[in-house]
Amino acid sequence: MAVVGAGPAGLFTADELVRQDRLPVTVDLLERLPVPFGLVRYGVAPDHPKIKAVTRSLQKIVEHPRVRFLGGVGFGAELDREDLLRHYDAVVYAAGAPADRGLGIPGESSPGCHPATAFVSWYSGHPDAGPPFALDARHAVVVGAGNVALDVARVLAKPARALERTDMPQPVLDALAVSKVTDITVLVRRGPEHTRFTTKELRELDELDGVAIRVPPGEAEPGGGPLDRTAENNLALFRSWTGEPAAGTERTITFRFWRRPVEVRGTPSVRELIVERTRLDASGALTGTGEREVLPAGLVLRSVGYRGLPLPGVPFDHERGVIRNAGGRVVDEAGEPCPREYVAGWLKRGPSGVIGTNRMDAAETVALMVEDLIGDRNGSGGPPIDALLRERGISPVTLDGWRRIDAAEIELGRRAGRERTKITDWAELRRLGGVPG
Amino acid sequence: MTFLIGPECVDVMDRSCVRVCPVDCIYEGARKLYINPEECIDCAACEAECPVQAIYFDEDVPEELSWAVADNAAFFTEVLPGRAAPLGSPGGAREVGPVGADTPRVAGLPRAADG
Repeated sequence: MAVVGAGPAGLFTADELVRQDRLPVTVDLLERLPVPFGLVRYGVAPDHPKIKAVTRSLQKIVEHPRVRFLGGVGFGAELDREDLLRHYDAVVYAAGAPADRGLGIPGESSPGCHPATAFVSWYSGHPDAGPPFALDARHAVVVGAGNVALDVARVLAKPARALERTDMPQPVLDALAVSKVTDITVLVRRGPEHTRFTTKELRELDELDGVAIRVPPGEAEPGGGPLDRTAENNLALFRSWTGEPAAGTERTITFRFWRRPVEVRGTPSVRELIVERTRLDASGALTGTGEREVLPAGLVLRSVGYRGLPLPGVPFDHERGVIRNAGGRVVDEAGEPCPREYVAGWLKRGPSGVIGTNRMDAAETVALMVEDLIGDRNGSGGPPIDALLRERGISPVTLDGWRRIDAAEIELGRRAGRERTKITDWAELRRLGGVPG
Repeated sequence: MTFLIGPECVDVMDRSCVRVCPVDCIYEGARKLYINPEECIDCAACEAECPVQAIYFDEDVPEELSWAVADNAAFFTEVLPGRAAPLGSPGGAREVGPVGADTPRVAGLPRAADG
């Protein structure tokens, strides 16, 4: 089996495949990057070491004797769909949802207005991260109501000394240490009860040294309708933050509700964000009231949704940003299954849930695979991919290569008194991974 | 800090939580499921899946259920009926399988049909 992508979805898929005992399988994990773990490595906030500890479980999957890690092998670059279908009995696409949804408002492309993921990639030390963030503005606005928005706001607000022990690259720590950002607004287009923040992560804000959390009076008001337990817990927290912040704090995070961005203004870079008040109409849909407000903003980060990217040759639902599928079986436009092709994770269901959600999701896909492939002798029967890779001059980063990268990062961290310091340079990662120059 | 499973789970054991736990730290007793506080990474995946909202973050546990925090941990640290040693942190519920016992407090709870 080939699994495309070695993030949580791909790894849980590999795990389910080798755990089931109806079909004897070996799994090749084809990963574009030289390193495994996807968003656990490049998305989970560096100051959340406990969640990062899931890495230990994921590492066990990478080390399974019937699983082979092949890093630096990208779909559509090093290998394409035909290659995989020729060399494997089945393929599972688990490449995630890396594309960010825009706000769709004027001025959005101005310098200073970025996807939150660009900021996350930068502080996570992703080898493809863009230029460093210059944090020289006082006001930052984060648009979004999920945990990514919360991570970004927290990293901006935290004193740099509180991040020194994380695995952030040194240049990132240096930039955060001289950050001028003091006022961070989290802008939520709907009400406090619609936020998708995990209560625990919201409550964590209360523990931040020198950071005041604030909600303007009258804004933490739900729009009506029944509330589930998470909504009630979140609402109680927002209400506890209502009012003016305590004096003497270095930085403030302000939650704003029932406001949607309508225009980004400022040249040459962002200076302000125009927002419009919102409410729910009779049908429960979000609508603008026409009432506008100007928020000062030298940095705007948006986290309002993510989508998968089409994989060349694989049926794609452009509206939802996922591969066309039925429960994980890839299907064509007419809904007919595409034999031997499957999908798991965000690329299957869209960007929802937390890391563990992918375990259940992978189990669903693998159950269908086993059902389809058991007794099926129409597999490729093709030779292992190795000869093809050699022919194309591709040297994948194997488990040993990943172990060398891992050891080098731990050693780099040890010298700085931390658990790990990430290596961010493609060439260095490849060199350590054993890819010949 | 950890997540734990309250008595709402007793005689329900839907197991949706087990299927989403990325570190496989939810263990099966005879009448109820238990989260291993040493192995849990606080990811909150299970909380959203529980059909009877039995899963709590320890700081959110209502006063009347506060006993469940220690009880949940006791499942792993105490010797359960019929066993020779505490379960400890075996590192994965799938390998362990159903434990077939509960903490004394849970074992003593009335069955729904009784009450």
